[in-house]
Amino acid sequence: MARILRRERLVPNVHLIEVHAPEVAKKCGPGQFVILMPDDKGERVPLSIADWDRERGSVVSVFMVVGTSTQKLSLLNAGDEVPVYVGPLGKPSEVRNFGTVLCAGGCFGIAAIHPIVRALKAAGNRVVTLLDAKAGYLLYWEDRIRGLSDRHYVSSRDPMFPTKDYISRRLVEVIREEGRIDRVVAIGCTYLMSSCSEATRPFGIPTVVSLNPIMVDGTGMCGACRVTVGGKTKFACVDGPDFDGHAVDWQELFSRRKSYFDDEIRSLCDWEGRTFP
Amino acid sequence: MTDKKEIPAELKERLKSEFDKDWRRDLRKSVPVKERMKVPRQKMPEREADERNKDFREVNRGLGPEAAVLEARRCLDCANPQCVAGCPVAIDIPSFVKLVEKGEFIASARKIKETNALPAICGRVCPQETQCEEVCNLGKVAGTPVAIGNLERFVSDRERLEGEVFVPDIPPLTGNKVAVIGAGPAGLTVAGELAKKGHKVTIFEALHIAGGVLVYGIPEFRLPKSILRAEVDYVKKLGVELRTSFVVGKTATLDDLRNEGYGAFFIGTGAGLPNFMKVPGENLVGVYSANEYLTRVNLMRAYEFPEFDTPVFLGKKAVVIGGGNVAMDSVRTAKRLGAEKAIIIYRRSRTEMPARTEEVKHGEEEGIEFHFLTTPIRYLGDEAGRVRAMECLRMELGEPDASGRRRPVPLEGSEFTMEVDLVVVAVGQSPNPLILQTTPDLKAGKWGTVEVDWSTMATSLPGVYAGGDIIRGGATVILAMGDGRTAAAEIDRYLKK
Repeated sequence: MARILRRERLVPNVHLIEVHAPEVAKKCGPGQFVILMPDDKGERVPLSIADWDRERGSVVSVFMVVGTSTQKLSLLNAGDEVPVYVGPLGKPSEVRNFGTVLCAGGCFGIAAIHPIVRALKAAGNRVVTLLDAKAGYLLYWEDRIRGLSDRHYVSSRDPMFPTKDYISRRLVEVIREEGRIDRVVAIGCTYLMSSCSEATRPFGIPTVVSLNPIMVDGTGMCGACRVTVGGKTKFACVDGPDFDGHAVDWQELFSRRKSYFDDEIRSLCDWEGRTFP
Repeated sequence: MTDKKEIPAELKERLKSEFDKDWRRDLRKSVPVKERMKVPRQKMPEREADERNKDFREVNRGLGPEAAVLEARRCLDCANPQCVAGCPVAIDIPSFVKLVEKGEFIASARKIKETNALPAICGRVCPQETQCEEVCNLGKVAGTPVAIGNLERFVSDRERLEGEVFVPDIPPLTGNKVAVIGAGPAGLTVAGELAKKGHKVTIFEALHIAGGVLVYGIPEFRLPKSILRAEVDYVKKLGVELRTSFVVGKTATLDDLRNEGYGAFFIGTGAGLPNFMKVPGENLVGVYSANEYLTRVNLMRAYEFPEFDTPVFLGKKAVVIGGGNVAMDSVRTAKRLGAEKAIIIYRRSRTEMPARTEEVKHGEEEGIEFHFLTTPIRYLGDEAGRVRAMECLRMELGEPDASGRRRPVPLEGSEFTMEVDLVVVAVGQSPNPLILQTTPDLKAGKWGTVEVDWSTMATSLPGVYAGGDIIRGGATVILAMGDGRTAAAEIDRYLKK
């Protein structure tokens, strides 16, 4: 059992959860993830690690409500316990001085990219950040990210923002504006990561993505999270989650991510019917 | 690999002294050998095939007391019991069987527990027909061996159901801390054995429930989770601490644990990584590894979806690739989840199937179809990337290969396509790579296994031992437990040094 220290809604449908897990906090690094279960009947849900406090022994993740297990999680509060909280899983992101690194994040990816931005900055990189939010009210942690960045941009379709472009188009403009980008890190939904990878391909800029396939055990046992990278099958949970965005078979990842679409809706309807009759 | 062991002199002596006890001698004399040989092997009662292939309740019902006593009477109580040599954990089989004949069921269960902490599991999943029962002298003279496995199951169930589970006295703590990595059959065995010797044992398990393959792999209808829970509880009662959701190598490395005062280690992390055949289309939606398919159903209880959140595909036409026990478990699971056709595709013929005879027989009765001498060469998907068909090739058997089985050879021009909507690939697993990746200087063997000295289970690192699928690649529950017993004795010796 792991105790929840904080659970709050950041923006509609996106929640922060801070859990007391001293061992995970002690070991974790940027780019790693945890697996948790909201209750004994829940799924094992992988969540990126967004922040940690080694002294307090706590780990922060940000998640979007998409199915029954994340819905259940969004209803838990400080003091509640989750039966399963295991990590840190996956390999940490590669962090060294690359020169100028552009970090692009959207949705839950804003939180996931946060520790990577921090680590890249600490390693001496010039860090440019680009965050995406469909509307201004969906943007969170902007101050935190801006505070770590040498240059900071936002892309949004919100009328209050000057540019109306999606992040991948904005990314091209930023690359041109900045002149020299040595590496791009893109984290968010599959669409965001694939379109950002396509955007950087013509420039030949190495682009790292943090893949989010469906997982079950998350320790290399089941093979649910297999993705094709450079024509080879990789297990995202032990070989990743970071991969070369230009080598990922995105079409396969899209279809595998959608595997249980109908089941997820059925599960949610069933659970809502039982929980809120 | 030393799968069948010679009986060590010390054990031989102990067996002899039990054999010479008065009650044993009297019992032997009470029924003439001829009479004993006339008793037919008692049939294991099973649920009707047509009823059981629709749910996940256990297939075998277990022997009743009368049948158990009759079965025990068949045992000739040989002076030179081969069965003990056939058992990887060297259970004193004649003693426990003869206690059954005497009607002392609880005493019989305790006799087994002297050397085997998990008899209710072994009585269900051990391949006795290739171990103790294969070498049974009665089998040689009368054709059918004593049903040792069924008797083991009977007495251990009896002990549990009567609430007579006996926890032996634990000697005073030695002050040694032992870390066991992985709560599968090997790890549970090591933990139980070392706890009985007074060492403080902690098991670190990556998943949220203890049992390893017993919980994620073997289905409810073959090994009910309640039985597993009771056996794990027994190990805990011996004083073993269990830490679930702890991935050694990630949450803490082996060196971290050493710094926390653990003086000896046992690595029993099992065969994590599922093998695929590397044929086109294997990553289509609807193509599972057996590990994922069984984990969803067993560990995450997808068969109770949507009461439980984890889903699993319900195929109408399900095929399982492979011929082992995991393949049989998968195909029988698919049938129970409502598949109209549940098919085994195996590249050799029936005689080469590594699955237990009982599993194959049960599968046949339940309506499983078998396509032998067939192998998939490609999976075909629809627009959404879901598997809809598979292309296969027919095989014929050629010369024997290294395993002694005849090698399947493709028949040219024999390609054919069959429609399928669920595929489970059960062609074996490789050892879990996490420990080797995160423990410098731990020597790897061939195929990503951890290398050990087979007589002691010692790895290349002092105080670190290993057993089960992490050293074997893919074997059986009982061989893992045998490794566990060997390792426990060695670890005890190491700690006393």
